[in-house]
This record gives sequence, structure tokens and C-alpha cells, in this order.
Amino acid sequence: MSAKILTITSGKGGVGKTTATANIGAALAKRGQKVVCIDADIGLRNLDVVMGLENRIVYDLVDAVEGRCRLKQAMIRDKYIPNLYLIPSAQTRDKTAVSPSDMIRLCNELRADLDWILIDSPAGIERGFKNAIAPADEVIVITNPEVSAVRDADRIIGIVEAEEKGSPQLLLNRLDRDMVKQNNMLSAEDVVDLLAIQLLGIVPEDKAVLISTNKGTPIVLDEKSPAGQAYRNIARRILGEDVPLLDLDKGSGFFNRISSVFGSGDK
Amino acid sequence: MQAKEIEVKGIKNGILVEVKDGDWQTQKDALLQHIDQNQGFFEGAQLVVNVGSRVLKSPDLASLRNALSDREIKLWAVLSTSLVTERTSQDLGLAIMVDQSSPGPEKDPINSLLDGDEAVFLRRTLRSGHKVKHPGHIVVLGDVNPGAELIAGGNIIVWGKLRGVVHAGAMGDTEAVVCSLDLSPTQLRIADKISISPPKKGKARPEIAQLENGQVTARDWSKFTR
Repeated sequence: MSAKILTITSGKGGVGKTTATANIGAALAKRGQKVVCIDADIGLRNLDVVMGLENRIVYDLVDAVEGRCRLKQAMIRDKYIPNLYLIPSAQTRDKTAVSPSDMIRLCNELRADLDWILIDSPAGIERGFKNAIAPADEVIVITNPEVSAVRDADRIIGIVEAEEKGSPQLLLNRLDRDMVKQNNMLSAEDVVDLLAIQLLGIVPEDKAVLISTNKGTPIVLDEKSPAGQAYRNIARRILGEDVPLLDLDKGSGFFNRISSVFGSGDK
Repeated sequence: MQAKEIEVKGIKNGILVEVKDGDWQTQKDALLQHIDQNQGFFEGAQLVVNVGSRVLKSPDLASLRNALSDREIKLWAVLSTSLVTERTSQDLGLAIMVDQSSPGPEKDPINSLLDGDEAVFLRRTLRSGHKVKHPGHIVVLGDVNPGAELIAGGNIIVWGKLRGVVHAGAMGDTEAVVCSLDLSPTQLRIADKISISPPKKGKARPEIAQLENGQVTARDWSKFTR
């Protein structure tokens, strides 16, 4: 085995990097892949909470980098899905505790007995982001259909391209189809048109996500949630399956759309 | 030791280092060694590196930047006479022009710019945070996204969507023009006039903007009398 390293980043904060990392990790692990999620947001640790593993932390990323523990000891096994691990970040240190070369060394050490290494990047374009991006084989840029988030995503894509990591893939999070229809939100087409990179998936706005992150249970385990379905599809696409994007458009399929065209006149 | 190979000069907002000709790897190692030997002098500094005519790609500059940041030094700018190296620096968010005067009385750095009809040609999308500054003309084959900036002494042509900030005739040329297939810049400046795009109706058409009676005016390219 030689793991592939995926870094999930966004530029802007609060667009869903941590949620996406936890759920893509869980969905990949559910499909039998051996996955570790690394929280690279040193000082503002979150991923452990979203994955519901906060109370199991003994060692963290900085301990591993500074040699206070073996790397294996910092890996926490998930409580729902076997094959899924978390390396939490340190809460009491800051971004400078780790350097880009530390991250590369650590990931190379992990590669041998894993399928995927997912890195949850901090917001911003400073040291923490550079740490997260340094070891990446591929980068996923996540954005919301919001002008400010898209602007930051564009900046991030420029930096990732300059680092010669190849063109990143786009994950559009929290799209509300009703708001798009009423012309109150950027559409997926608007965003893709501007950013001009490959669209990996669209995650619809779904209140169940907030509940699941508060509970520390990945939304991908919820068979009924549209967001969970979207993340499962994204994981399949990452594994190389050809899953059409239309699949996500549950509830507004072909017939629905025709009727909404006819219906719009008498509203 | 090899310290003689490296020329260090204090400039206005940082330290300028001249890297001599020769193999990049060797020179880079020599520079880092020099820095390590003079840690107190360099620590926390903003460094400007003049690499001469060397052609450097992203990994070359990124590795230098990372090595410097490991030493708590910020790589601020890379000066080069190679266009490729300049572009690499810009991609990495580094400056390519700095005020090289010694810390002290100020000089005007922009004076010697507009010179002949040279142009840069960029075949790529310019994203937020990209800034291209050229004393001649700028031609882009691709989009200019919001948050990107083009500043030209001469004309600007964007064969694509123009949504960033552009400044043509930046040194005062009031005859300068801006052309684009889809002219919707965040802000458009020609010489000293500043304007913003009016809301657009309908499909995008190629347009040309220029100064008419001291006002920035955009016209449909197909109706433009050449």
C-alpha cells in the first residue's frame, strides 16, 4: 500500500473543511479503505470534536513531530468505522510548532500502511495552510456559493497551482437549490464558471449536518440525509468511479423541473 | 569560507542579497549557510534575493522560501531579469520589484518605466491575488478573475472575461485602451481616471474602453471605428 495524500482547504473559514474531511474520511473507510484524517489546524483543534473522538486523545500531531510519541500512538481509531483513524492537532501550541518539511516527513512515514491520508487545512494562506499543502498529492478546495468564499477559493487555487500540485478539485458546499432558483444565491454553474476547475461534488444545504457534527457522528452514516448521500458519492468519485452529478439533485429530477417551468407563471 | 560569494546590502524595507552565477543548488546552499552563520543579523528579516538571469521554477523558489521560513526569515521578493522567474515569483505571491535604495532619503522608483512598445503575454487564468505589473502592454489569453490586478504602462487586452482591477496607461498615457471579450472589471482605470462597470444587460460582447473627453467610455467592438 502507498497512501495518497489529499489536502482539504478553502482559504475562508467556516465553509466546511473539517466536516468535509470527517465525512470523506468516513465514507472512504466505509468502502473498505484504510484512512487517516490529520487535523493540521494546530491551536484550533476541531476535527476530533466533529468525529466524536475528543475524549480519546492522548498524543497529538505535535507530540509525534517532536518525538514524544510514536506516530502509531497518535493515531486514534474511530468508534464507528474500523479502518478510520484520526491524528488530532495540539490545542495548546500554534502553527509554528510544525514546519512544511515536518509534515512531508510525517506523511511519508504514514504512507506505507494506509490507502488515504486526508489533511484538514486551517483557514488562511499562512504557515498552517502551507503545512497542510506541503505533503499533498492532490488538493480539494471547498467553497460555499457565496461571493467572498469563492473569491478566497480562487486565491487558494492560484497558490496551489503555483506550488505545482496540479489543478485542485472543487467541492461546493451548502448549495440551496431553492435559493438558486429564486436568484438569491450563486449557482453551481456560476461558481464553476469563475473558478474553472474540475467539480468533485456538490453538497446540498442540510440541517442534519449541524446535528451530526454536534453529536460527533459522521453524516455519511445517515442513509436518509441528502448531504450524507453527496459525501458518499464524492468518496466514490475519489475512488475513481464515475458517479453523475445529477445523482445529487434528488427531488428535483427531470419531471419536477418541467413542472416548475410551467408552474412559475401563475405564482 | 564561501561567505565572500554572497553580497548583502541593507535596503529600505529589508535585506537585499545578490546570488552569484553558478549552479542554483550550490548557491542556495551557500546562501543558507551564510544565513546560519549570521543568524542574529537575518532572523525576522524580509529578504530580497536577486537571482540575475537564472530561470527558476516554482519548486526552486518554494524550497528556498520554505528553507528561509524554517529560519524565521520571510522571502519578500525575487529580482530577476528572466520573465519566467518573474512569473514564478508572482505565482508564489512574491514581489518582483522593490525599492532598492538604502534606508534613508526616498527616491521615485517608478520613473524609468514606460519604455518602447514591449508587451507581456500571459496564457492563463489570473486568479484573485495575482498582480501583473508591466511598463509596456499586457495581453492575457484567459480570464482575469475578481481580486486579480493588471497594471500596464500601455494597453491591456484580455481575450477572456475581465472581472478584476485593470489600470492602463498607468504612467499617465491618456491614449491607452482596455479591450476584453467580456468587459466587467471591478474597477477600470485609464491614466488618472477611475471608473467602475455599469450593471450589464444581456449577453457579453467584446468591448473597448478608452478615454473620451476625460471620461472612461466603453464601446461595442463591432461598432468601434478603427
